[in-house]
Amino acid sequence: MIRLEKRPQASRAFSLATPVLAVVATMFFGGLLFMALGKEPLLAIKTIFWEPLFGEFSFYYRPQLLIKGAPLVLIAIGLSLGFKAGIWNIGAEGQYIMGALFGAGVGLAFYPVEGWYIFPLMVLAGALGGWLWAMIPAILKVRFGTNEILVSLMLVYVAEQFLASMSLGLLKNPEGFGFPGSRNLQQYESAFNADLIEGSGMHWGVVAAMIAVIFAYVLLTKHRLGFAIRVTGEAPRAAKFSGVNPTRLVLFCLGTSGLLAGLAGMFEVSGPAGQVTIDFNVGYGFTAIIVAFLGRLHPIGILLAGLLMALTYIGGDIAQSQLGLPAAAIQVFQGMLLFFLLALDMFTNYRLRFGRTEVA
Amino acid sequence: MDLSAINPLLFVAGFLVAATPLIFAAIGELVVEKSGTLNLGVEGMMIIGAICGFATAVETGSPLLGFAAAAVGGALLSLLFAFLTQITLANQVASGLALTLFGLGLSALLGQSYVGIKPPRLNDINFGPLADIPVIGPILFTHDIILYLGIALVAATWAVLKYTRAGLILRAVGESHDAAHALGYKVVRIRTLAILFGGACAGIGGAYISLIRVPQWTEGMTAGVGWIALALVVFASWKPWRLLLGAYLFGGITQLQLNLQGAGVAIPVEYLAMSPYVITIIVLVILSRDKSAAPACLGRTFHASS
Repeated sequence: MIRLEKRPQASRAFSLATPVLAVVATMFFGGLLFMALGKEPLLAIKTIFWEPLFGEFSFYYRPQLLIKGAPLVLIAIGLSLGFKAGIWNIGAEGQYIMGALFGAGVGLAFYPVEGWYIFPLMVLAGALGGWLWAMIPAILKVRFGTNEILVSLMLVYVAEQFLASMSLGLLKNPEGFGFPGSRNLQQYESAFNADLIEGSGMHWGVVAAMIAVIFAYVLLTKHRLGFAIRVTGEAPRAAKFSGVNPTRLVLFCLGTSGLLAGLAGMFEVSGPAGQVTIDFNVGYGFTAIIVAFLGRLHPIGILLAGLLMALTYIGGDIAQSQLGLPAAAIQVFQGMLLFFLLALDMFTNYRLRFGRTEVA
Repeated sequence: MDLSAINPLLFVAGFLVAATPLIFAAIGELVVEKSGTLNLGVEGMMIIGAICGFATAVETGSPLLGFAAAAVGGALLSLLFAFLTQITLANQVASGLALTLFGLGLSALLGQSYVGIKPPRLNDINFGPLADIPVIGPILFTHDIILYLGIALVAATWAVLKYTRAGLILRAVGESHDAAHALGYKVVRIRTLAILFGGACAGIGGAYISLIRVPQWTEGMTAGVGWIALALVVFASWKPWRLLLGAYLFGGITQLQLNLQGAGVAIPVEYLAMSPYVITIIVLVILSRDKSAAPACLGRTFHASS
């Protein structure tokens, strides 16, 4: 007879080991999946995890790691604050889109004027766009007690339709021969989020992600608000007695995560993506949920998890072109990772006991 | 704009069809939530059902087998959720999200070779002369069996929850798992069964979209219906008949915006397309005051030792 026994204290060792074990388990079962798809499993795993870092063309892929990792880390940091406190913002994808639209909108409004002030204004607009979009579920939650999970998620579909309408209408490139999509911001110097060091992948979004990691770390370890977040998640009743204001906390957590997601969208659309198109968003807002959990809702963990997830994206692309591995396989792979993580997490709080039950 | 292009009979018949996926997904989730578990993976189970049903129907030529396969597919996926939340005691919100993300990916993978194919048609039931009754006939008696099955399922769920011992036990587990456990009921087993039922229902709902409503397969084609189903359970305050009413309301809105798109109303298509989601939010706000109907143990993890 096997049974679970609650540990008096969460095991720190298991808490750190779980993500690693989950990655190993995912590699194994992912390998089985690739085999089922008729691919060489070891080769597929190697292509995904080794090729981008140390392969022949790694000089090209390594900068991609920052480009793909930065938005994931930026969004996941924001989500983790709320998740820690039991405030579930699932609509980061929508906030990301709105940030991109606000940012690009401000940039395009100035076109073709050049000026140093344009990019900073776009950054502010992007942050504002994401923040505003996240304030909808936040205010509805504190004012009416609606479920923020459902509202923030519905708003993703609203944002997607809004994006379609913008790229077909207001933001459409007048010189685009009728094709949907905005002007390419990469060709508009004052609005282009270029690499700070040529060819490094290091753009302002990466800098912002770094700042967010440090900000979150300081907030959670040193600040009163960070304490409020942690205590609310672990013991909501105790939080009330210790004077935590739940309304402020909801507004802060949802607002911050919306702001960071908006920033991520703005940096993406003014840099790597370059233009507003109907489907420029590629699900970073949803993948960031996995990143947040994989990083144990800890800033440093999220940084590492974001890089790992970026690696699977890049490796997935390579595997797609070299081995003909379907793009959806990587999505399955990422989903599996979250499953294993959640399942293995049991060992952090519980211990397996073998043998007969002593006390019923 | 030409509003006269909207045929009221076709409109009503159309929204009965639009509501059916919602009915299935939401009634399944209602049972799951009544047992005290919150499964946010409805969207993922629906899309898996959509592709399992589609693929099976295409391969076998039988839409009914497709629906059966969709139920099995949805239930299998929900088994993962049951394992995570009931055995490894993982957080239900996170596990549900995992289910949706995984389901979306897996369905895209499974569905690759099915893009652009037309599935076999499920014929409408032949009601004979009933279908010829003016107005009522075309609205009520020109549908496929699954649509009627959905309504029957709502009635059956209502009856089981209200009048049977099994329903009583299910509600007891959802209201107080500790008390139910003390009385000797197998909380984990009962919840797992409820989750499997929810998965099977969501699967059928998904297949109804890919086999009848849209009749084709595209990636992510459930497009948030699973989430609307979750909102619908809240809307219905966990009551089956109110859920049916809510599903028709949402089905009506969806159908109306599609018809308005077709009629060329001055509002841009995108704004019409976002309306079901906006209205869901508004409804959630209006109904959020009354939380008393929610099962008391909803979302809480049960562990016998604690």
